[in-house]
Amino acid sequence: MQYQSQSVAKLYFIAAIGLFLAQILFGLIMGLQYVMGDFLFPEIPFNVARMVHTNTLIVWLLMGFMGASYYLVPEESQRELYSPKLAVLMFWTFLIAAALTVVGYLAVPYATLAQITGNDLLPTMGREFLEQPTITKIGIVIVALAFLFNIGMTVLSGRKTVVTIVLLTGLLGLAVFFLFSFYNPDNLVKDKYYWWWVVHLWVEGVWELILASILAFVLIKTTGIDREVVEKWLYIIIAMTLITGIIGTGHHFYWIGTPEYWQWWGSIFSALEPIPFFMLTLFAFNVINKRKREHPNKAAVLWAMGTAVMAFLGAGVWGFLHTLAPVNYYTHGTQITAAHGHMAFYGAYVMVVLTIISYAVPLMRGQEAKSNAKQVMEMWSFWLMTISIVFITLFLTGAGILQVYLQRYSDAPQAFMMVQEKISLFYWMREFTGLVFLVGAILFVLSFLPDKKAQRA
Amino acid sequence: MQEIFTKSMARNIYYGGSTFFILLFLALTLDTHQAWPARDNHQNLTEQVAAGKRLWERNNCIGCHTLLGEGAYFAPELGNVYKRFGGSKDALKAFIRSRPVEGVPGRRSMPQFNFTDAELDEVVEFLKYTSEINTNNWPPNIQG
Ligand code: HEM
Ligand code: HEM
Ligand SMILES: [Fe+2]
Repeated sequence: MQYQSQSVAKLYFIAAIGLFLAQILFGLIMGLQYVMGDFLFPEIPFNVARMVHTNTLIVWLLMGFMGASYYLVPEESQRELYSPKLAVLMFWTFLIAAALTVVGYLAVPYATLAQITGNDLLPTMGREFLEQPTITKIGIVIVALAFLFNIGMTVLSGRKTVVTIVLLTGLLGLAVFFLFSFYNPDNLVKDKYYWWWVVHLWVEGVWELILASILAFVLIKTTGIDREVVEKWLYIIIAMTLITGIIGTGHHFYWIGTPEYWQWWGSIFSALEPIPFFMLTLFAFNVINKRKREHPNKAAVLWAMGTAVMAFLGAGVWGFLHTLAPVNYYTHGTQITAAHGHMAFYGAYVMVVLTIISYAVPLMRGQEAKSNAKQVMEMWSFWLMTISIVFITLFLTGAGILQVYLQRYSDAPQAFMMVQEKISLFYWMREFTGLVFLVGAILFVLSFLPDKKAQRA
Repeated sequence: MQEIFTKSMARNIYYGGSTFFILLFLALTLDTHQAWPARDNHQNLTEQVAAGKRLWERNNCIGCHTLLGEGAYFAPELGNVYKRFGGSKDALKAFIRSRPVEGVPGRRSMPQFNFTDAELDEVVEFLKYTSEINTNNWPPNIQG
């Protein structure tokens, strides 16, 4: 670590991992409710567990992106962070807002939470992923603006690199598109249309810029490869992201009251969306093959390679699977969607955050890499989590294919609840695999505890 | 390839390409706005329907159900539930009203929300309005 102020990233990383564990715990609760419907009912209904699961996911990924930015921007800009104090203040603001929101979900009925937070004044709650009370959303905007200001001032007054410019563009886009979460018209069709401007234009747009720049930074550092090479890749990857991904939003406009022509625009452009993910894979393997040094942090390099592969599998392959309108007609809103959602979020965004944590945390402790034993443990966590998510995705895909056939395709379509019972075996297997995932996540945490030897010394 | 395809070419594709496709997306959005009146059933978007949508949101129904295929996959699609219930508002209201507080042992259960009669009317009107949106014939059949 070259600059003192980079160390604020640590707070963000610790909170991110804490929320990650909470996310998995609530995933397991839901997974059990899928097969034992009355588990924790009515204390924690499924919808409450789901809000906790998805919102902690989003918040910890945002924390991860912020931590990544605070770590890499000073080093790239070759100066201290504009204001480390502001970064710490915003950390606590964000964490407390997130914690209060989760407590609110769990402690009172959602309708009560809506009432006490004044949702009627500016109703934004009760939409998937955007369940946070309006005041929490306003808090997120304030945190995001302060964060952008801090990062922006550092970038603009220091050495500008393609990595930081792309990162900053992605972060700015993230904040701008979040503003659409405040638009909630009575007209359901319009509500849905602009809801996707947050959700799709995040994960298949601006977040990919953040992903690519974080990965590029770690690869530059661990392989010692020429910046020129990396920068060219970076530009062409994000160019393809936006060229395909913006009009690709149309793959969500097939059946929600929008014109038929979206079936063409959406199918054609989203079918091209795997290209930037594939280029990301090529990029990572290319620079690692041509590396000019052997970095001692083998675990971080493994995470970086894993991100490049799994993002392509989850987003590219599993996305393509159901993105053409004639296929989506049958798979829309089934377990196929859930299968894709899991592998894409894990492969792209979870893994890139774990990559930067894996790379940066040892350096913040003054060592280039952890001890060999701890690295081996971390690599075990990599394989346990990654293989688990592959199997979770396969089981959900199996469940989804049967669901589509029994409920939507066969000559005698059956009722939703009846079909769910018939495919419960897949849900059991998903739940057991989820437990393995949890073991992997715990191993990840353990691998970062200080070495016994180091403690004695 | 290294020499022929330069960094500045890549950068120009990025700036040019993204600007072009943002503008195209905005143009398509404008056209979509113009196409909506014929498809979005806004003529039936009454005060009661709007109140029903708020009620839907306030109780986080989307946390278990899908609506026009979006939401959670734990409970049935509700975009066409009005039609699945044979267009009977009374049947829908009776279903919502009769959910047991403690749930059904061993099964996935819907919470008891204790809605007033006026609230039940609102949410049912909202579901009726939703079922009349032109969704290009989705879902494939009445099971949703
Ligand atoms: C890392 C990038 C991506 C992430 C994190 C991601 C995540 C998700 C999630 C969570 C959903 C479900 C949204 C909901 O709840 O309604 C979804 C839906 C969808 N995604 Fe992705 N996705 C990514 C990339 C892609 C790509 C590249 C494609 C196409 C090639 C794609 C195609 C789709 C389609 C077609 C749906 C709609 C499914 C339906 O109709 O139910 N996704 N995605
Ligand atoms: C490992 C244990 C996990 C279990 C048992 C689990 C279970 C679940 C369940 C039951 C749902 C709700 C599906 C529904 O709406 O009916 C869900 C949704 C979701 N989970 Fe997980 N999950 C786990 C891990 C993860 C991880 C690691 C991620 C992030 C990479 C993740 C991201 C998501 C997302 C994005 C959704 C929303 C999907 C959509 O709307 O299509 N989950 N999860
Ligand atoms: Fe999408």
